Amino acid sequence: METAIFLLFALLAVASSLVVILHKNPVYSTMSLVVTLFSVAVLFVLLGAPFIAAIQILVYTGAIVVLFLFVVMLLNITREESSVSQQKVQFGGAVLGSLLFGGMLVLLFWNASRTDLDPITQELVSMKGLARQMFTEFLLPFEIVGLLLLVAVIGATVAARKPPQPEKPMEDIEP
Amino acid sequence: MSVPVSWYLVLSAVLFAIGSAGALTRRNGISIFLSIELMLNAGNLALIAYARQWGEHTGQILVFFVMAVAAAEAAIGLALFIAVYRQRRTIDINRINLMRW
Amino acid sequence: MPDHLLATVVNIAVMLGFLLTVVPVMVWVERRGSALIQDRPGPNRLGPFGLIQPLADALKFMFKEDVTPTAADKPLYLLAPALAIMPAMLTISVIPFGPDAVIGGEPFRPMIANVDAGVLLFLALASLGVYSLVLAGYASNNKFSLMGAIRASAQMISYELALTVAVLAVVIPVGSFNLQDVVNYQRTHIWNVIPQFIGFVIFLIASFAETNRLPFDLPEAESELVAGFHTEYSAMRFASFFMGEYMSMTSLSALGVTLYFGGWSLPGVDFDGWLGVIVGLLVLVAKVAFCMAVFVWVRWTFPRFRYDQLMRLGWKVLLPLAIFNLILVSAMTLAGWLGAP
Repeated sequence: METAIFLLFALLAVASSLVVILHKNPVYSTMSLVVTLFSVAVLFVLLGAPFIAAIQILVYTGAIVVLFLFVVMLLNITREESSVSQQKVQFGGAVLGSLLFGGMLVLLFWNASRTDLDPITQELVSMKGLARQMFTEFLLPFEIVGLLLLVAVIGATVAARKPPQPEKPMEDIEP
Repeated sequence: MSVPVSWYLVLSAVLFAIGSAGALTRRNGISIFLSIELMLNAGNLALIAYARQWGEHTGQILVFFVMAVAAAEAAIGLALFIAVYRQRRTIDINRINLMRW
Repeated sequence: MPDHLLATVVNIAVMLGFLLTVVPVMVWVERRGSALIQDRPGPNRLGPFGLIQPLADALKFMFKEDVTPTAADKPLYLLAPALAIMPAMLTISVIPFGPDAVIGGEPFRPMIANVDAGVLLFLALASLGVYSLVLAGYASNNKFSLMGAIRASAQMISYELALTVAVLAVVIPVGSFNLQDVVNYQRTHIWNVIPQFIGFVIFLIASFAETNRLPFDLPEAESELVAGFHTEYSAMRFASFFMGEYMSMTSLSALGVTLYFGGWSLPGVDFDGWLGVIVGLLVLVAKVAFCMAVFVWVRWTFPRFRYDQLMRLGWKVLLPLAIFNLILVSAMTLAGWLGAP
């Protein structure tokens, strides 16, 4: 059962992530990213992290990707890509990507992960344990992330603000 | 009969590779951003898989932080795109080459 | 195992039945309610008090021509109405509708998804609701629709923040994200609406914005955008948006009732076994019905906000207030005023 769920959502994740990078229309890319994130969230649940799965859907698909969609529609960028030697670039990218993938696979099997897994403990799933560790051992990083978000909010507000319009010279206006 | 952790790691590697290929080949700023999100998520999957392997929370907490950083990155990046679009009417990165030389 | 399966099937049947019954009832309530408020008779020809009117409406939707604009983005255009209904149907699964009971020697908890992260799951799935509006607006390939979609995405992200922070304040004294624990806490202490009145007001306002109901129905503002994101939709596809709106109103009402008004519990009413579950369900339905009436009442009473007013209210009033409420509730919990969880 678990294997079936894993295979289904792993396949879904790979297929939709291919659509993300291959589709010409950013709206479709964004929507298939939603599918990828959703499938990965399901895998998080399988791995005993329901809290992270919920946060993944709440933060990623519910907010960040909506923001992407908002900008795509606001700027109305649908299917425009410069086509200068597009084929070659894509080919190079694909080769590089798969090389990277091969390298990582080798690394993974080098450090062979454990196969004798203990069953998921209540400890791992519980949010109380997660919270306790986050607010004791990881308190400083937590605060720093809070600060980072504050800086990001201020930075985004400043960057996206409309520059003050210069006063139009009077002679432009026809009598 | 649970799924071995290495399967998750392989999936994570595949997603990461796809994301990096996308980030390298696409020319549209938004699509590059989406590919980067894909890569971050692949990393998250690996971290959660390791948290499962060792039966403790550290990996999950790291993922929490990664998500916060991704949110910050998305906000700033999209704001920059809007600002660039106002100036140049495009976010095609081949045409945003003012800083290249 | 089959017993658990049976329990789950019963839970799903009850909640889905509830959710699907709401739509025709609300069509009637909305039309008669608006008529009452505007001092006109409203639909009164079909059956007593026009009670069969929803059936007529449904038939009309089914037999109307289903138009798809030539320039529309077909796949997304067809996907959007389906997405409108999905979040409400999923979110209702974490709402408990009765006390834990022992039936036939088996423990029975009357909620579909008995998960630890219940509240979070609700918020996460509810946040997917914005996609149907955005995709509908984009795929219609119509300026007004696109404007509606852009408004919808900005509005729903903004108000989701205030909503989430307000809901988190409820969870603090309870010490659990499971809504059954929230209800049990309120049974032993006091309904949350009293100590967390600020949070409740924020929740109320934000839920109007999240469901795009009138003071905040800017994505579809008739007087500015024709019909906003669903301008191009007709027949059953339009009806799907309609149903989605009522269903998400229902599930948000159920969440609000569970968080602030004791959910299925009523002080002084305490039954065991089957009877407890049935009485709990009736109490929950009654409370949700009251909330729905408030939705209708507000819709036909208030004028629409302007877009900048909406954004200012969300970011400069509701969000700071919600954070203040969160700090206040945390302090009260630490001081022991809200009792032990």
